[in-house]
Amino acid sequence: MLDILKYFSLKEMKKSLIISLWFMILTFPIMVIKVNTIENTVIWRWGSLAGMGIGSFFLATLWRYLLDRKKMQSPLSSKKTLQKRVMEWSDANPRAKQGALIALGIFIVAFPFITSMYQTSIMTTALMYIVLGLGLNIVVGLGGLLHLGYAAFYAVGAYTYALLNYHFGISFWICLPLGAGLATIMGVLLAIPVLRLRGDYLAIVTLGFGEVIRIVLENWNEFSFGPSGVANIPRPGFFGMDMKLQAATIYIYFIMIAMVLFTIFVVRRLENSRTGRAWIAMREDEIASEAMGIDITKSKVTTFALGAFWAGMVGVIFAAKTTFINPASFTLWESVMILCVVVIGGMGSIFGVVIGALILILLPEYLRAFSEYRMLMFGAILVIMMVFRPGGIISNIRKIYKFEPKPSPADAGKEGVK
Amino acid sequence: MDLLYFFELFVGGMIRGSIYALIALGYTMVYGIIKLINFAHGEIYMIGAFTALIFASVLSFTGMNPILIFIIASILAISFSVGYGVTMEKIAYKPLRGSQRLSALISAIGMSMFLQNYVLLAQTSDFLPFPELVPDFKFLEPIKYLISSTSFLILITTAIVMIFLTYLIKFTRTGKAMRATSQDARMAQLLGINISKIITITFVIGSATAALGGVLISTHIGQLNFYIGFIAGIKAFVAAVLGGIGSIPGAVLGSFVLGWTESFGTGYISSDYEDVFAFLFLIIILIFRPSGILGRPENNKV
Repeated sequence: MLDILKYFSLKEMKKSLIISLWFMILTFPIMVIKVNTIENTVIWRWGSLAGMGIGSFFLATLWRYLLDRKKMQSPLSSKKTLQKRVMEWSDANPRAKQGALIALGIFIVAFPFITSMYQTSIMTTALMYIVLGLGLNIVVGLGGLLHLGYAAFYAVGAYTYALLNYHFGISFWICLPLGAGLATIMGVLLAIPVLRLRGDYLAIVTLGFGEVIRIVLENWNEFSFGPSGVANIPRPGFFGMDMKLQAATIYIYFIMIAMVLFTIFVVRRLENSRTGRAWIAMREDEIASEAMGIDITKSKVTTFALGAFWAGMVGVIFAAKTTFINPASFTLWESVMILCVVVIGGMGSIFGVVIGALILILLPEYLRAFSEYRMLMFGAILVIMMVFRPGGIISNIRKIYKFEPKPSPADAGKEGVK
Repeated sequence: MDLLYFFELFVGGMIRGSIYALIALGYTMVYGIIKLINFAHGEIYMIGAFTALIFASVLSFTGMNPILIFIIASILAISFSVGYGVTMEKIAYKPLRGSQRLSALISAIGMSMFLQNYVLLAQTSDFLPFPELVPDFKFLEPIKYLISSTSFLILITTAIVMIFLTYLIKFTRTGKAMRATSQDARMAQLLGINISKIITITFVIGSATAALGGVLISTHIGQLNFYIGFIAGIKAFVAAVLGGIGSIPGAVLGSFVLGWTESFGTGYISSDYEDVFAFLFLIIILIFRPSGILGRPENNKV
């Protein structure tokens, strides 16, 4: 077992000191000198240099300690992770599991009534990212195709509702499937040219596709009202009833809850279906799976189409929730954000994506106190997460078929599924 | 007259292309060695430009000769950017060597966000004017309407950097080691190549060219802020992919093709859709040549 005190020995202190000196030199021009180009004066901020030195000294120590600890834990260690323990516990106590699920259900239903409207609204956003994450998870996590233009499909859904409503007054509930359908068609259209590309070429083409959609929305004024966007989009109706803002917020929250449950249900079914297994096989090895008779073309087109489907649907809800959309909501950062939800949560794992979305959306909201440093910390967290837990918070547990050591005659040949 | 307009667009595209090339070279080299899209490469470019701006402004208060200031500021900018590049590799990429490529990519995205906001918080979000340091060259007087002295400097520098890099990779021992690492890192290691050293050298070269690009482009455009790196990085990446990522001549060719596409597209069709031309062209090229113009098709091992 490593002792953190060891890292304060003379030798280690010297190492940390050298690192902190290096950082002090490195950050000198940007941290210390500030030029006022209007009055032509220079401000020297020596205090931040001292802060940098002390801060990097301790961080360097901590960093080395954590890295060494990570190295000592071999990947095949038999140590039970928290996640495994929870799973075993729930398998062992089905009734307690049921109780926990019921408690969770009550909490979810009661949430908008026990918290403020602001909290409900944030939670709705988080729920939207859960669905977006699960949708992108189909492409990235199951299909293994790196997609950096996912926000484009999101935009297609949002604009479908906004424009159809503006021009023809079509209601939310009709637009929901329409938006999803249009996004799916866009997904197929994108999938056809990129069928031959792999890896990073695919990433850059999808990125380009996303940007093209955004730029077209920004510049085609007659169609999309340009950068000023579409305003006054109606909130979803409830059998023609007029709702106050608070009621509408709660209503959208419940729509999203239903959406999340529906998505989880469908994705779980998809994962274990013939199509889903074909995706996973394609992710593992394209050539081998093709040799086993999987139609790669069909698999790729279906991943893109089904991934886009969810984005289109959430897009419609997004437009209804914010009542105002413009192209600035669908930048590359949006796509990156959704990708981060998937990767941080744990690629390919439904539960992971849920946790990832909750953390990535709720954490920055509750870090408002440091709002200036929010993005800085967000960037740092991404790096730290990837360095110390590259598999995400909840990595996907593979199904393992285990033979019982001593099969009794009654269930001979039967395999325990875990 | 029409021919003159065409020629103007042609030269404009060439200058754009050289700008992209300076950034794309670093991108493509890093990709060639560690197969990572270094999203933070644009940030290194931005930090280079910022450092140069800071030192140039401070030095210009002392009343030094502008050309001397320009040289000192460039050298300082390059050294600091190299420092950032190498440190970044040690923190964000080295511990991830051998893990999934997506994790390294996310780490790069995180690094990019971190550096952007670091400069934003430590400095300012406003556009800062870059001091005018490059004098008007006398011999460019007759063709001044076509090419300014800063753009002339950019063209020359890109050419020199490209020749230097080609020499380095083709004819030196280090270059040979780099090529070996790019082909098969594990085998190269078995044959006694110090992979960590090669990766560090790659980041040094990549960051240096990016910083050089940052300084030159900021003098050319005349202003900068913390966000310039991101857009430039994406464009340079498109250029690198267009030419065939991992190949040095490919990066330069791709950059020029991209520069011309944008220049002619905006000149003849519409300036609103500048980026659309770039991306559409990329998509079309990749449909017919899935590994870029000069890229080698990937071999599928079964």
